Amino acid sequence: MTQFIQDRESQIVTKGKSNFDLIGGKPSIAGSVSQRACVFCGSRVVLYPIADAVHLVHGPIGCASYTWDIRGAMSSGPELHRNSFSTDLREKHIVFGGEKKLYEALIELIDKHQPKAAFVYSTCIVGVIGDDVQSVCRQVEKLKNIPVIPVMAEGFQGTKKDGYKIACDAMATLVGTDNSKKISPVSINILGDFNLAGELWILAGYYKKIGIEILASITGDGRVNDIQNAHRAALNVVQCSGSMLHLAKTMKEQYGIPFMKVSYFGIEDMSDALYEVAKFFGKEELMDNARDLVKDELKTLLPALEPYRKALQGKKAAIYVGGAFKAISLVKALRLIGVQTVIAGTQTGNTEDYKLLKTICDDGCILVDDSNPVELSEFVKQTGADLFIGGVKERPIAYKLGIGFCDHNHERKLALAGYEGMLNFAKEVYETVCSPVWRFAL
Amino acid sequence: MLLRHTTAKEIDRKALTVNPAKTCQPVGAMYAALGLHGCLPHSHGSQGCCSYHRSALTRHFKEPVMAATSSFSEGSSVFGGSSNLVSAIETIFTVYNPDVVAVHTTCLSETIGDDLTQIVSKAHEDGLVPEGKKVIFCNTPSYVGTHVTGYSNQVAAFVKFFSTATPKKKNVINLAAGWMEPSDMREIKRLAQEMEARIILFPDMSGVLDAPLTGKFEMYPKGGVTQAQLIATGDSKFTIGLGAYSTEDACVKLENKCKVKFEVVEIPVGLKATDRFITSLSRHANVPVPDSITEERGRLVDLIADNSKYFYGKRVALYGDPDTLIPLTEFLLTLDMKPVYIVTGTSGKHFDESMQALLSEKVPEAKYKSGPNADMFQLHQWIKQEPVDLLIGNTYGKYIARDENIPFVRLGFPIVDRAGHNYFPNVGYVGATNLAIKILEKVLDHFDSNCKEEKVEWQM
Repeated sequence: MTQFIQDRESQIVTKGKSNFDLIGGKPSIAGSVSQRACVFCGSRVVLYPIADAVHLVHGPIGCASYTWDIRGAMSSGPELHRNSFSTDLREKHIVFGGEKKLYEALIELIDKHQPKAAFVYSTCIVGVIGDDVQSVCRQVEKLKNIPVIPVMAEGFQGTKKDGYKIACDAMATLVGTDNSKKISPVSINILGDFNLAGELWILAGYYKKIGIEILASITGDGRVNDIQNAHRAALNVVQCSGSMLHLAKTMKEQYGIPFMKVSYFGIEDMSDALYEVAKFFGKEELMDNARDLVKDELKTLLPALEPYRKALQGKKAAIYVGGAFKAISLVKALRLIGVQTVIAGTQTGNTEDYKLLKTICDDGCILVDDSNPVELSEFVKQTGADLFIGGVKERPIAYKLGIGFCDHNHERKLALAGYEGMLNFAKEVYETVCSPVWRFAL
Repeated sequence: MLLRHTTAKEIDRKALTVNPAKTCQPVGAMYAALGLHGCLPHSHGSQGCCSYHRSALTRHFKEPVMAATSSFSEGSSVFGGSSNLVSAIETIFTVYNPDVVAVHTTCLSETIGDDLTQIVSKAHEDGLVPEGKKVIFCNTPSYVGTHVTGYSNQVAAFVKFFSTATPKKKNVINLAAGWMEPSDMREIKRLAQEMEARIILFPDMSGVLDAPLTGKFEMYPKGGVTQAQLIATGDSKFTIGLGAYSTEDACVKLENKCKVKFEVVEIPVGLKATDRFITSLSRHANVPVPDSITEERGRLVDLIADNSKYFYGKRVALYGDPDTLIPLTEFLLTLDMKPVYIVTGTSGKHFDESMQALLSEKVPEAKYKSGPNADMFQLHQWIKQEPVDLLIGNTYGKYIARDENIPFVRLGFPIVDRAGHNYFPNVGYVGATNLAIKILEKVLDHFDSNCKEEKVEWQM
């Protein structure tokens, strides 16, 4: 363990004790029990909420099985995305190539469902056997007259974060291919919300009240035609910057659309987001509406949070999530309900992200990149954390340690965005941290 | 409706799989490897594979699942993953200190042609495997077989790397455990103990994936078959394989290697399969069946008799893995139910033949399918053509059950939306009782909440 920690020295920092910056984005050491996933996973989670497209996974069955309806991204219309479509490659295809099977599968799929577009994901093996996925996509696109988009997401190319970028590139080929949608001059695209637990609908409600229209939501409750028209929005509002910033930058270069980074999590960040977006349009009316909205929301929210803050005062939290942006919002939101962050880690943060994270955290907080269960449980012991915030693989570890847990990843079932989300979050933290069960652990 | 895109009309599909009733080999190998005490499974491939398998197992068992990965990069896919694995072995023993590392391959490492025998011996030569520690491996390319095959390959690897015959045979029976829950393994051990049969159960996930909350995180929980026990399987006088798909290969290898004769029976799901298991164990271990077990059987029969009118004639659709589906189909017939649609993504003659034998006379209208395109989409289409009264399978049946308003019993892998499967068994007479009660509960609850108001009665 000592040796290992030494090797990872640049990836672990204690604020107030170590004065160097944490290096993010380093590849995982072979042999580690890393909590990270692959490129394919990154692309798949970003694109999958586009509900009127088909998503065909070209590879052996596993990649399709494990990402089948991978997170609760809700749709208000079609539910095509809840199915799992695969070419289910077998040994003979590995030897003789899988292009023919891909072609046939695409035709069968498009004939059956008449989707608005098809995304074709290339997995590890496809990269190695050398199937020309792009050419098959072009052929089918011509034949069926819908966009058929190759997503070249071979898992071994890097981490989940690289997959986000590939997904953004895939969507960039859709953007700007249609101009038919009626739009208002005060319209934005929302990037990086996936409508988990209906969070997008909460945000859409706020924007509507202020008088701002959402042109395309990318990709929560997403539709192909909205993305095709997305180049006509006045502004791109980017949440979860890790996954969608690349698309925002591409759209800025190609169409001159400005973008701003926001977070919808926690009172502070949510309010900032609304103000900033309203300010962008330079209309006093929008600003007034935003102020009224925030005032109204806080009037009910703050007193509602109070009992939770009292009960949680002095509790300590460990955060280990996918992206750094989420971690930063979490630190602030936890502080609001009296909880101090003592461990802050991410799977995909970069050096810049960690600099920012470090300024926000309190002294003594351990910052960590690409951690593993042994380290995490060691840190929890050292810091005496009462709560762990993470994803599916961290949950049972936290419980075994006898501390509370909140899912802030794919599997959250409660909306955590917005004002309503903040109250949900406080309730969830309270429920788990103050659960009587921890008293029975021997 | 969530699956509104599924239509009753079948369109011929050759290339496309929709909503699979299977997944790929490595997750099975990972699961089986966790049944060896002090073992850390290792996925030789991209990071995503390991992450998916750990997530899948974690969601199902709600337990920490530890496994390491070779973390392939672009370079490894061009130059081979040998150096990744060698340095992984070094990292693993330095940091996580397991007794055994069980390496399994992935589609990627298989296709680029990594030779595990060679790589692992290099790790030994370089002194990276500490004294008394072991690195074992098996090949689990994702484009061959299914998760069941991967499980079977890992169990066979236990035999290959551990089982050793000494001149002295012992009065012990090996039980090669097919893919079942930790609770099932616990129940099998209890039955053997009740019969006073000396057994070695392998793999054994009880005590690993149903561990108690202690306030401590144990990288290697208490349970699991030990290396010493695995070595000793070579001296046992007989092996009973539970489930042909997941254990026959190991049984054959053990016979070839150590001359231990074997018999493969079904996983003891239901009355008749349990009868066969108990008979086999009693005969080979040369122990009588105690009254206590006969009484368990009697209580099961009593339950079936009490409720036979509710079981009678109900049409059932089921899906999952053949080693469970075969005895489950048989049990449904025992209950006088009608298993009409059966689907598994794992292909094989044994499944087709068993279904033919079980169903051709009793349920001639039954449809069953295995292998490619035998998926949940197919099953759903059949259900739309002619409905069923009950659905049995893993969580992936949930949307079908909701859309079609069918009572739904969760059984198989993965179950990610309910608890209890790793606590209460489905095997043995007690397990069958448990299963029959679950079926009754679902069917009767469904009736109570869906029947016309004037038909509701408190007494049934």
